Amino acid sequence: MATSSIVRPQRESRDSVVIRFAGDSGDGMQVTGSQFTLETALAGSDFSTFPDFPAEIRAPTGTTFGVSAFQIHFGGRDVMTPGDAVDVLVAMNPAALTVELGDLRVGGTVIVDTAAFNERNLNKAGYERNPLEDDSLAKYQVLKFDITKLTADAVKPHGLSSREAHLCRNMWALGLLLWMYGYERAATIDWLKRKFGKKPVIAEANVAALNAGHAFGETAEMAEHMVGYVVPKAEVQPGRYRTVSGTEGLAWGLVAGMRAAGIEKMVFAGYPITPASALLHTLANLRAYGVITFQAEDEIAASGAALGAAYAGALGVTSSSGPGIALKTEMLGLAIATELPLIVIDSQRAGPSTGMPTKAEQSDLFQAVHGRNADAPLAVVAPVSTADCFDIAIEAVRIATKYMTPVIILSDGYLAHAAEPWRIPREADLPRFPITYRTDPEGFHPFLRDPDTLARPWVKPGTPQLEHRIGGLERDYDTGHISYDPDNHARMTNARADKIAGIANDIPLQTVALGEDHGKLAVVGWGSTFGAIHQAVKIARDEGTDVAHIHVRYLSPFPRNLGELLKRYDRVLVPEMNNGQLVKLLRAEYLVDAEGFSKVTGKPFRVTDIVQRIRGGAPPPSEGSGLGGEAG
Amino acid sequence: MTVTTITDAQLAPKDYASDQEVRWCPGCGDYAILKAVQKACADLGLTRERTVFVSGIGCAARFPYYMSTYGFHTVHGRAPAIATGIKLANPELDVWVMTGDGDGLSIGGNHMLHVLRRNVDLNIILFNNEIYGLTKGQYSPTSRRGTRSPSTPFGSVENPVSACAFALGSGARFVARSIDTLQPHLIGVLKRGHAHKGASFVEILQNCVVFNDAVFENITGKEVAADAQILLEHGKPLVFGKQKEKGLRLKPGKLELEIVTLGEGGVTAADILVHDETNRPLAMLLARLEPPFPTAMGVLYCNPTESYEHDVYAQKGAAQGKGDLDALLNSERTWEVVP
Repeated sequence: MATSSIVRPQRESRDSVVIRFAGDSGDGMQVTGSQFTLETALAGSDFSTFPDFPAEIRAPTGTTFGVSAFQIHFGGRDVMTPGDAVDVLVAMNPAALTVELGDLRVGGTVIVDTAAFNERNLNKAGYERNPLEDDSLAKYQVLKFDITKLTADAVKPHGLSSREAHLCRNMWALGLLLWMYGYERAATIDWLKRKFGKKPVIAEANVAALNAGHAFGETAEMAEHMVGYVVPKAEVQPGRYRTVSGTEGLAWGLVAGMRAAGIEKMVFAGYPITPASALLHTLANLRAYGVITFQAEDEIAASGAALGAAYAGALGVTSSSGPGIALKTEMLGLAIATELPLIVIDSQRAGPSTGMPTKAEQSDLFQAVHGRNADAPLAVVAPVSTADCFDIAIEAVRIATKYMTPVIILSDGYLAHAAEPWRIPREADLPRFPITYRTDPEGFHPFLRDPDTLARPWVKPGTPQLEHRIGGLERDYDTGHISYDPDNHARMTNARADKIAGIANDIPLQTVALGEDHGKLAVVGWGSTFGAIHQAVKIARDEGTDVAHIHVRYLSPFPRNLGELLKRYDRVLVPEMNNGQLVKLLRAEYLVDAEGFSKVTGKPFRVTDIVQRIRGGAPPPSEGSGLGGEAG
Repeated sequence: MTVTTITDAQLAPKDYASDQEVRWCPGCGDYAILKAVQKACADLGLTRERTVFVSGIGCAARFPYYMSTYGFHTVHGRAPAIATGIKLANPELDVWVMTGDGDGLSIGGNHMLHVLRRNVDLNIILFNNEIYGLTKGQYSPTSRRGTRSPSTPFGSVENPVSACAFALGSGARFVARSIDTLQPHLIGVLKRGHAHKGASFVEILQNCVVFNDAVFENITGKEVAADAQILLEHGKPLVFGKQKEKGLRLKPGKLELEIVTLGEGGVTAADILVHDETNRPLAMLLARLEPPFPTAMGVLYCNPTESYEHDVYAQKGAAQGKGDLDALLNSERTWEVVP
């Protein structure tokens, strides 16, 4: 482990650690967490992060609903989730302490800024007495520092206003935490200098605060139970790595998919909605990659413009979150009827209706698979991690263009914001699946089907002698003209169903992520719960339980061996962040006696939730207050 | 494969007709509009493969099926959104949006507002028959107060929207009006709209022979037409009447039009307003004229600027497509894990 600090002999070793930075939404907790993540990554540790911020843009300071938190789980092994229980809680004010304390493990460390625990802030947080002055925190190790004053002293030479100095508190805290785990500060110093390039005084002051926090750890002034730790490097595949969020993964994967298909242009049409907007923002900067972004007047227009672009031969992509996807439903029906390729990304959030905009859920599975009028099948896939967002976007483009169908990617609010290390692929190593636009007028009609895929030809308007008309009305199987013939409608309905069902022959067989392909219990998940389920199954297996982990990436159609695989287990348990959706699809499709296991708190599964359930224990107590919001 | 490109400049109106049987009600005004559009296409020498007709839902929305060009019959009110996507993907295409009063001003009113404000280079043709035809005769957003229909058996108590005033208010830079039966005029207006770069909006008063027959008779009837219509021409005085004896002028001291008769009360030709297509307030006054004023026909407003998709593509780095993907993936901080 590279470190410039003097490693004190009493540094203790930890396989992995969970830290949560929590403060007011204006305290810079997301930035603090991101920079800690970067230093962790550069030191070679594995990590998983989870930002948890309020829906309010700037909630009143000091209030519980304005608490913004960033959690990072880092270490040498078994870092598959952002972590269940928090080892170290950094609480910049009383509101952060009261909101986040419930997740701190007994014996964990809480670091507080004593100056923020004044009467006013205590009142806002609902404390009748100062928790730092009674025994209410006796279960934890409490490190009380006047971070406000220590920061003010550190930045004094730079002549900042008291407000500006106050804003450097997060860097002081970051400096202290970097010292605690023996991490470098260089990348953060570089970043501060770049970020405040036009305000060198602010940059210098932040660096001073960072260094002061770090130095504070080094000096003898600290409390006797504050020790440094070492965390091992992760054993990972050699290569070049970076941090990737699900949003970045999807954006870059779409570009890679467009290139793999040989499509020149992508039209991405969206409408601002939490937590999907970040994808629009990311893609808006990728013009040099053939991306045109369009902020439409509403969700309907966004899906319409994407479909129009697909009709014109571009890669049409639209994105939203649950309630916005509901508005796109009609256009999805048209895309299915006209058999045009369309990528739809749903960053699921807790619902129904506007629900909890910044909280994740997996409750749009039914909407994606079945949520349209009439028999309207399409393909649905779900990434299992932030890194998988890149691959799943490429796969969605492949399926959409090869089968001339809409494909829904079910991401969620957690994946959109979470970040993990990612081994950067080289473009030359990515898959290729060049598409061909039909140009041959011989024997052409718009619904002529490829005998293998049952896909109709993709024709760009502008192609001579292939002028044709398509629309939402039913068409004749043999000519493509409008037809209300009863038998023809049955034939077309079946053709649309068979086309989507046939995709099952063109996707990988379902594999077992961990454990044997038969046995007593299979834990079956989908989407962003991969890490929690995997870790839980690993723990249970280490305890000697006969259990396997199966994670379904293709949700419509399912891999063709899935039913047969599930029947090889005595029991099938399906943990989902919804009220039981995949479990019903599996039961309906395969007549397996699968059991549901729901979590609908707006927070990801904890590993222990699933471990307890595997052990056959009672459902775990609900945790956290899962504060929702109004906006979005 | 070799494709022989037909020189579409030589095409006749009938060459723009598809092989599909036209299925509007006998006597529907849509037939005349179809004929006028096909004639305009022939006059303009439009290339069939580069022309796309996009529609929503309604009687008017059947239009693309009857053209031998590319066509996309979409869903209720959404044609402007789909057409915008088509133009963003390929600005070279000549895209027409065929819509109606219900499709374009009710269920698709929001899209119409934004497509006009953005100024996407589309030819938007709105068939206004003041009724929902395809759904069997309910009142529409342009129906006059008191309209009796299956959903308003006691008469509508809603105030109608003026299509042209809506378009002007939305920021449209080309707004015109014509009538299904006014063939040479209609063809001329369609050609002017097509020549306009950016969104062009043409309202066509269209007779629904089944559910709203003769609703425009007070404007289009042979006996009344000369007094009930004013044909606009840029730079020409705003006169009408059988002998062009009447005209429009501003009421002294007011932003309000009044009808005057030449030679009466000392009114001379110099008092009559001269039509200026580039004047939006004047266009708005003209768009709002309704009986007993004459209804304004022709180009109310024409003041072009660069289209939306032009400006999108003119922005720095737009859709070059040549960016280095490896460089993108390796941007920002990376680290190497060595074996």
